[in-house]
Amino acid sequence: MEKEKRGGDTVTDKIFVHILDSTLRDGSHALSHQLTAEQVSRIAGGLDDAGVEMVEVSHGDGLGGSTITYGFSKQSELELLKAASSVIKRGKLAVLLLPGIGTKDDLKMAADCGAKVAQIATHVTEADIAEQHVGLAKKMSMDVIGMLMLSHMGSPEKIAEQGKLMESYGADVVLVTDSAGALLPHTVRERVGALRAALKIGVGFHGHNNLSLAVANSVAAVEEGARWLDACTCGLGAGSGNTPTEVLATVLDKMGYETGINLWKIMDVAENVVRPIMPKPVRIGKVSLTMGYAGVYSSFLLHADKASEQFGVDARDILVELGKRKVVGGQEDMIVEVAMMLAEKQKQSASH
Amino acid sequence: MEKIRAAILGSGNIGTDLMYKLKRSKLVPTVMAGIISGSEGLARARQEGLTTTSDGIEGLLKQRDSFDIVFEATTASAHKTHAPLIREAKKIAIDLTPAAVGPYVVPLVNLDAHLGEPNVNLVSCGGQATVPLVSALNEVASVKYAEIVATIASKSAGPGTRQNIDEFTETTARGLEKIGGASRGKAIIVLNPAEPPILMRNTVYGIMEDGDAKKIERSIEFMLERIKKYVSGYRLRANPLIEDMPNDNYKKKVTLFIEVEGAGDYLPKYAGNLDIMTSAAVKVGEEIGRHLLAGTWKKKSAGATL
Repeated sequence: MEKEKRGGDTVTDKIFVHILDSTLRDGSHALSHQLTAEQVSRIAGGLDDAGVEMVEVSHGDGLGGSTITYGFSKQSELELLKAASSVIKRGKLAVLLLPGIGTKDDLKMAADCGAKVAQIATHVTEADIAEQHVGLAKKMSMDVIGMLMLSHMGSPEKIAEQGKLMESYGADVVLVTDSAGALLPHTVRERVGALRAALKIGVGFHGHNNLSLAVANSVAAVEEGARWLDACTCGLGAGSGNTPTEVLATVLDKMGYETGINLWKIMDVAENVVRPIMPKPVRIGKVSLTMGYAGVYSSFLLHADKASEQFGVDARDILVELGKRKVVGGQEDMIVEVAMMLAEKQKQSASH
Repeated sequence: MEKIRAAILGSGNIGTDLMYKLKRSKLVPTVMAGIISGSEGLARARQEGLTTTSDGIEGLLKQRDSFDIVFEATTASAHKTHAPLIREAKKIAIDLTPAAVGPYVVPLVNLDAHLGEPNVNLVSCGGQATVPLVSALNEVASVKYAEIVATIASKSAGPGTRQNIDEFTETTARGLEKIGGASRGKAIIVLNPAEPPILMRNTVYGIMEDGDAKKIERSIEFMLERIKKYVSGYRLRANPLIEDMPNDNYKKKVTLFIEVEGAGDYLPKYAGNLDIMTSAAVKVGEEIGRHLLAGTWKKKSAGATL
């Protein structure tokens, strides 16, 4: 197989894997949602020039996520989406929406700004709250990617059942979404395989690196027939971050897949544009590793760190307690409550 | 003493739970109308001595001489059809569906602003659970922004809620503003599938212009006591968290953690989100009943309504 090409500017007969770069959405978690329009414009422009097919821009918790619960955005989504839209020439602008947090009006606003792809995400057992949003996105001629979050909490059978719901609402693709970075390569395979067997539409994977498996899990997913992968440049994302786009593109290239991404260019964007805006390197720390271990939503990381500091309790204890209470994505409000409860307990045991 | 008589339209879970609550209330439930003759709700209503009909609104209106108030516990689309018929029959409708034919009411907060309305709507479960608290904060100092997160057990969210989840977020947010008094409101709903099912939880945030922590605490406490009188399982899960804010315009951030356990009349105890709707409905019914008996259920002179 010819190997001398560096990126996707040549037409080949290789199998195509669609990449959605979520640096400006999932990466927003790692920046506590402080992205500016100027940063968005530089990063989206760089990604587009590198041949990334889909560039996602939203609050980390999706459209309408700018709240006390999830953290206020520095700049409005309208401004950020417009900034991205004006520099995306080849690829498509994508957005995320979590029904229950964002609304149809938010989706319309995004479509007006030029968004062409809508990721609609629900907890792995609750796909039926997405019907109206998937329907609206399709009506607005958007590509729709249904995401089943915290996929580790659903059996392969459950995932197949919920994926079929997404398909019935009109989704074009369904993603096994490892929000907690808790899946292992074989559990990814089981879930992707179950979706592939049950659905006529495309199947994909969204990984987090809490167990240092984001790339390995993405590879397992592709080998199982997944053709849509989410990634973030430099791995910038919630928890220990996501699958690094530049690494994923390189690995897929070595495996003989086509992504349309120019490797040198995406590496340059990672090194020169994204890395300089990172407040600290995305790494597997004790707290984010615990998330992968206990199966807790990666977006909780910075909120748990903050509550840990405010109430003087170990962030890992907060996460484990949240895990016990089976909290799901969106329940960030529980973090402070649990931290307060643990602090109270500490105080009581200290006084005995 | 004379009692106001109530009819229940809808013999499902909500209607049945409502019946048991009405039996204990200052109202007398007299009729239940459903559309399925073999339904458990109608059977239970008969057991409790209510007249029942499976001919829906038509069957109900044949009994028009035996009730004064109708509790609508069907669906939003059904209520849109029923509302004009109930009005024609000169009965008062208390609407538990999201139809919002009439104004939104939250007992303890704004019922007095809607005296004499032929049709009132109960906002949403999240609205009933959180608007009174936002209103309590707003009594101390202006609430610039109120945000709530309602987390409910997956099992307690029916297909209607699921198919139109925006209805919840939008209606509740407007309730926080228009009834709670916040300048801006935002509502979030999360469904949690854990087994055993979790109780309904609500986190309420208020960003306030000013406010003395003691006064805030007292105002919340006072409201809680009054809510508990009609929703027995309503409680704080932790002490109010009152934080100073660095920003000059906004002095205080208040966080309240609420849990609502249902009374378990017919609905399961975890479904506090449904229980608070039937409880609020009964409370509104009792208030309307009190006004009807006193002859004060009348619109105030033009211009006086809020």
